Amino acid sequence: MSAPLLEVRGLVKTFPARRDLFGRATSVVSAVDGVDFDLYEGETLGVVGESGCGKSTTARLLLHLLDATAGTIRFEGRTVGSRELPWKAFRRQVQIVFQDSYASLNPRLTVAESVAFGPRVHGVPRAEAEARAHELLARVGLEPARFAGRFPHELSGGQRQRVNIARALALQPRVLVLDEPVSALDKSVEAQVLNLLLDLKDAFRLTYLFISHDLEVVRYMSDRVLVMYLGRVAEIGPTEEIYRASRHPYTTALLASMLSMDPDRRTEAAPISGDPPNPIDPPPGCRFHTRCAFAEDVCARRAPAPTAIAPGHAVACHMSVAGSGHSRAPARAA
Amino acid sequence: MSAVVSAPREIAVVRSPGYWATVARRFLRDPVAVAAALVVLALVLMAVFAPLLAPHDPLQGMTLKRLRPVGTEGHPLGTDELGRDMLSRLIYGARISLFMGIVPVFAALAIGGAIGIVAGYAGGWTNSVLMRTMDVFFAFPSVLLAVALAGALGPGIANSLIALTLVFVPPIARVAESVTTGVRTRDYVEAARASGAGTFAILREHVLGNVLGPIFVYAMSLIAVAMILASGLSFLGLGVKPPQPDWGLMLNTLRTAIYTQPLVCALPGVMIFVTSISFNLMTDGLRSAMDIKA
Repeated sequence: MSAPLLEVRGLVKTFPARRDLFGRATSVVSAVDGVDFDLYEGETLGVVGESGCGKSTTARLLLHLLDATAGTIRFEGRTVGSRELPWKAFRRQVQIVFQDSYASLNPRLTVAESVAFGPRVHGVPRAEAEARAHELLARVGLEPARFAGRFPHELSGGQRQRVNIARALALQPRVLVLDEPVSALDKSVEAQVLNLLLDLKDAFRLTYLFISHDLEVVRYMSDRVLVMYLGRVAEIGPTEEIYRASRHPYTTALLASMLSMDPDRRTEAAPISGDPPNPIDPPPGCRFHTRCAFAEDVCARRAPAPTAIAPGHAVACHMSVAGSGHSRAPARAA
Repeated sequence: MSAVVSAPREIAVVRSPGYWATVARRFLRDPVAVAAALVVLALVLMAVFAPLLAPHDPLQGMTLKRLRPVGTEGHPLGTDELGRDMLSRLIYGARISLFMGIVPVFAALAIGGAIGIVAGYAGGWTNSVLMRTMDVFFAFPSVLLAVALAGALGPGIANSLIALTLVFVPPIARVAESVTTGVRTRDYVEAARASGAGTFAILREHVLGNVLGPIFVYAMSLIAVAMILASGLSFLGLGVKPPQPDWGLMLNTLRTAIYTQPLVCALPGVMIFVTSISFNLMTDGLRSAMDIKA
């Protein structure tokens, strides 16, 4: 495989949970706790996980909307935020679409003004920026003559999300981070927006980081899937391999919770029970061991490192690591 | 090969009525607010054209015609304790009273608005330092604070303007801070940051337009309070000095005649009441007209 477009290494974000009298953090929540992944040019990497697992925080860290506690991001081999590639230059390459289509648009600006804002702050003259905005609106399926002068509250959720996509594309980025872009939309509108995204990806040769809690949507959109649990990567691999032959018990449980179209294969027992543990005080060892059906002593003692089990498929589970001490671990190769 | 390359053409864009046009339309549909706005307009016109409207000199008294009742020939609203025409004094009084109500509020709007927007957008330490400083002023009731400041600065119009401005800075700053904090965390501000926009561009394009309206409405609601406080300062002898016609001061000087001419004594109070309630009703209408839900 070629060199990745975006390399994320050891990304950590902690938020202060409680403060003492002087405002110093006495305990912290690790929203993202050492996440590594690569994003290859032209692919769609789906990110799934329960709410609170750090998906959106990861997205915001990528765009520097939050300051990372630790970790590095490299874009085309250059470290982002260093002199090689300052944040401002990086931001032209990576844009984001948020879940809440209404909150993402300034209610006082017309649709065209919102789309033109990005290019204008990068020095494009007003007339040119507006011409580009009209072009992009047409490209996302909103006829400029009818929509350019409208305000966000006059549009439907799907139309607003199209505007947000146009706005994200206005800086001609190479990577789009899609943070639950269709989760707030009706099913029929959702399909239209997803197909638009697939269309645009081909037309503008984009790379997507597609965050969703909807497993069907992620399967439809993604080339590879990253499964997160409590701020860590549980499993990452090619979409079909993950969906057919997942190796991490959490992924398996997550997939088992998908609703089946076949009435004979309805979900009988809850594949996983309880809530994720409190991230202020995460369990030691493997973070999933408190809810895992296969947990053994070793799982509570040591955190499993992500281990490649097939080309491009890595799992953070002692059951997949030879010699880990788990009874189901494969025998160590002689 | 694509057969048709469409030539660029001018397209007529349908532009929706802007935010303020919508607010104006909604405001005009509220009869109470419109009536209150008309009263305010009438008061402002009265103040501006006082020399043309007043039948007599407001400072010139006639010793022989003191404390005449309402309806006296030549003095439709009677005369005060020095024989000055009440109608003329009330008309001229609108000048000082409106001035004392509006000027300190706008001064405080500029200062407090700036403090609040900076505190709200910057957050963190800047916010704590600025807002805790403002909170110190909240420890005192506003009347007490105004009296203390005016007393410390000494009587006079300029000093009561300064005192009133200082009284209104903290509440405006607090409102500005909370509105700005709410806007700062909205996704469109995040998206603007993600597009690489600088703080100044974000403040200008995305924050100001969304916070100035609510802050302005709040400030408008303080005009009535400022007028009453200014009247109170005048009443206590800390504001306008006699013989200037100021409604608050007139209330003070006429109080000795409350048993002989109660109606005449009440007139300045009526003016203060009508003015402040009109400002309040107008502001209420503006507030609900601006509260546009998607």
